[in-house]
Amino acid sequence: MDKDLSKTSIEAFLEQDQNKDLLRFLTAGSVDDGKSTLIGRLLFDTKKIYEDQLAALERDNLREGHAENDTDYALLLDGLKAEREQGITIDVAYRYFSTNKRKFIIADTPGHEQYTRNMVTGASTANLAIILVDATAGIITQTKRHTFLASLLGIKHVVLAVNKMDLIGFKQDVFEKICYEYKDFVTRLNIPDVHCIPLSALKGDNVVDRSEKMPWYDGKTLLHFLESVHVSSDQNFIDFRYPVQYVLRPSHNYRGFAARVAAGILRKGDEVMVLPSKKKSTVASITTFDGELDSAFPPLSVAMTLADEIDISRGDMIVHPNNVPKVERHFEAMLVWMNEHAMGPDKNYIIKHTTNTTKVRIDKIRYRIDVNTLNKTDCNAFELNDIGRAVFTTNKPLFFDSYQKNKTTGSFILIDPISFNTVAVGMIIDRVSSENMPTRITGAELGKAKHGKSFIKEPERQKRYNQKAVTIWIMGRHGSGKNQLAYKTERELFDRGATTVLIDGSVVRSGLSRELDYSPSDRAEHLRRVAHLCQLLNDQGLITICTFISPDDDIRNQVAEIIGKERFHLIYVEADQEFCKAQEPDLYQKVEQGQLQYLPGVDLPFEEPENPAITLAQQEANIEPTEVIAYLEEKGIFPLH
Amino acid sequence: MSSYKISHLKQLEAESIHIIREVAAEFENPVMLYSIGKDSSVMVRLAEKAFYPGKVPFPLLHVDSKWKFREMIEFRDNYAKENNWDLIVHSNMKAFEEGVGPFTHGSQVHTDIMKTQALLQALNKYKFDAAFGGARRDEEKSRAKERIFSFRDKFHQWDPKNQRPELWDTYNTKVHKGESIRVFPISNWTELDIWEYIRIEQIPIVPLYYAKERPVVELHGTLVMVDDDRMPKELSKKAQMKMVRFRTLGCYPLTGAIESNATTIEAIVQEMMTATKSERTTRVIDFDQEASMEQKKREGYF
Repeated sequence: MDKDLSKTSIEAFLEQDQNKDLLRFLTAGSVDDGKSTLIGRLLFDTKKIYEDQLAALERDNLREGHAENDTDYALLLDGLKAEREQGITIDVAYRYFSTNKRKFIIADTPGHEQYTRNMVTGASTANLAIILVDATAGIITQTKRHTFLASLLGIKHVVLAVNKMDLIGFKQDVFEKICYEYKDFVTRLNIPDVHCIPLSALKGDNVVDRSEKMPWYDGKTLLHFLESVHVSSDQNFIDFRYPVQYVLRPSHNYRGFAARVAAGILRKGDEVMVLPSKKKSTVASITTFDGELDSAFPPLSVAMTLADEIDISRGDMIVHPNNVPKVERHFEAMLVWMNEHAMGPDKNYIIKHTTNTTKVRIDKIRYRIDVNTLNKTDCNAFELNDIGRAVFTTNKPLFFDSYQKNKTTGSFILIDPISFNTVAVGMIIDRVSSENMPTRITGAELGKAKHGKSFIKEPERQKRYNQKAVTIWIMGRHGSGKNQLAYKTERELFDRGATTVLIDGSVVRSGLSRELDYSPSDRAEHLRRVAHLCQLLNDQGLITICTFISPDDDIRNQVAEIIGKERFHLIYVEADQEFCKAQEPDLYQKVEQGQLQYLPGVDLPFEEPENPAITLAQQEANIEPTEVIAYLEEKGIFPLH
Repeated sequence: MSSYKISHLKQLEAESIHIIREVAAEFENPVMLYSIGKDSSVMVRLAEKAFYPGKVPFPLLHVDSKWKFREMIEFRDNYAKENNWDLIVHSNMKAFEEGVGPFTHGSQVHTDIMKTQALLQALNKYKFDAAFGGARRDEEKSRAKERIFSFRDKFHQWDPKNQRPELWDTYNTKVHKGESIRVFPISNWTELDIWEYIRIEQIPIVPLYYAKERPVVELHGTLVMVDDDRMPKELSKKAQMKMVRFRTLGCYPLTGAIESNATTIEAIVQEMMTATKSERTTRVIDFDQEASMEQKKREGYF
């Protein structure tokens, strides 16, 4: 900063300064990588370290100093007393500096493994991560761990700062080898933007000023990179999400819904829909202290009024009717355990997700990730700094997106119901088809209870009924005609003397599964019940004819496992979406418009079966059981032979 | 998408408003601590913005140590009246009547009794479960590590080693009866951000921030203003008129002035940008003991 700014130049400075944007970044590295020195250097060289802090530093140096010649920048940073005594930083510290181009907030986090939670904390609000490596040591386990955590928390820009280049004689080949190894590792993760910069924090090379010792490096200096990296497009401006935070009711004629726009763009006049009521209205105004706005976008905090009187309270979410989040009680997420106390056996917690707080149960831990090797291992309960994937059920539906799509609606914290401590944080995973299942429905460990044994043997039953007891599982999209096929098959088999039970999904849903909805996890539970019913009936010698959409492969395999693979015969009524839609136009339309949810093939995946026993291509509205009957005959199922 | 790029001030403002609304929505009995300083003034403006066009749904609390600059009290009373604030003023009256003050008891004892204890008295008296404070992380080392929602036990104590994790903008607002949260909605603002915001928003501040000829005495290398006749005569008789202003405001005997000609915000910023002293060094209390602020915070001071 120029020492003699004239009055007009200070005004110009302020005009320029107040319009700068903000970059939040994280620094990760171990005690020995020189991280504190690097931050000290950034602050120092951007002239943000005031003289008296330097004077205080000299005082401290006499008592606790480590470095001998160069100023120990690290001492400027390690704030708390306990840490200073230990010589390591133990928590996240935030630092502030600015240049002519930008303002910066640094989340300074330590590198020790037991402090994973601190790095995760710092990463949650960062646009960018600087990961330090010591050029003399190269990529170490910790580097990979830090990079994985940055990727897990959705950081899109990573700088690998290869520090201590002075100690390896500023050699290009060493630097390039490290970069190559690093970039190779990063391809396994989801980080779109990776930069490697060779530098010496202690000597100042390539931190702020370009190094003369490394003429072979033609990229940006660290500061130049931080000043120019483009981050505003990292926000989601597409999927409008407005989690109502507070209702403003200063008078009878004003009712405003205050929130921070989580994603997408809100415009005056937009048609909006309120979740969970699904009531619709139009945005009448966007009000702020500084006047009305025509539009608002993340991360602004505003208030909106609606044209119609709709009952809306904190926890509701306002969205565009044609772009809605998931509304469900079940989801899967990556969890980071943040508490010294491990997850308890009952696994019941309080969840805070956007402006909603409710109870949650952890149904199942799928795996734990070893942050050093990225290997997945089995796990019964998470402990401090554990990271893994789990399945959750909440007391009331939440409105969420995947973390990948939206950090606000895709993240949550878990609170211990007794201590009220924040024990874990989670990032919701986008469902991929094969992973639709909330939990394994076969539950092998539960099926070992002792039970009686029938005096009637299987061959006796077969002989009595003149049939092998199997399950004919007819699957297909909604509207494919699978029900028609099932009922016709039943009629035909009855006429020929077979003894069957027909299980129709909608009948089961009206009784046995009446509390379940159509979400993937409830659907799985529904099918689990049906599978056990089939098993029971088949054990009694009866043939079951089932008709279910059963849209995903994983569930079908599990159903087959329960019933018994040799008894399970899958028949696929293949019909394309257009055909099905023509049969059931109302339902398909409602789901497409967002009025209804969970129709496989529309808002949920529909996976075609890999190896069905029979595939019947549905072309016309008429389907005949001929092939099914022939198949049963050929296999000697009915009549028995 | 460049039209959706916003300035850092807008971003900080949005973050602060979100924090303030979250507290109002989740706590039964919140309060905003108002110190009369520039940071408090910004915080109050942010609260007004958060609930516009409604009224701020919680009271302001000023803990008056009885040793504040007279201009501060005058400013407080006028401003509160003009803006129709619900203002609570609390002092440790018993200690005041017993004559506790910085000149007689030293800065440590005075701060503990008239500020920390007085604050705790007020929090207990009104049973506030959340209290906003205008502290910034760039002010002081131990604050750099404090959460925005900072948990306090039944004795209002802060445990720096046992802070709740705080991620994204999802704040844990759960407390048991008797426990509370100190909330720092302007944690991420820097001193320059504050000045820029005051300038753009035209937020009124106490005139002591601007340079003026004032009677000051040099005390342990700090310029202390003679604000009333409670300053011992042997000190106040050494007073000289100097062009000074204050970078922070507190108890007058504990707040050092700096020599300055800055009579406008622009001049203050200019001085600040070329300054050689960081903000809190003009507060005498920080030098009492090593890591003194951390110690005070543990005990319940903000």
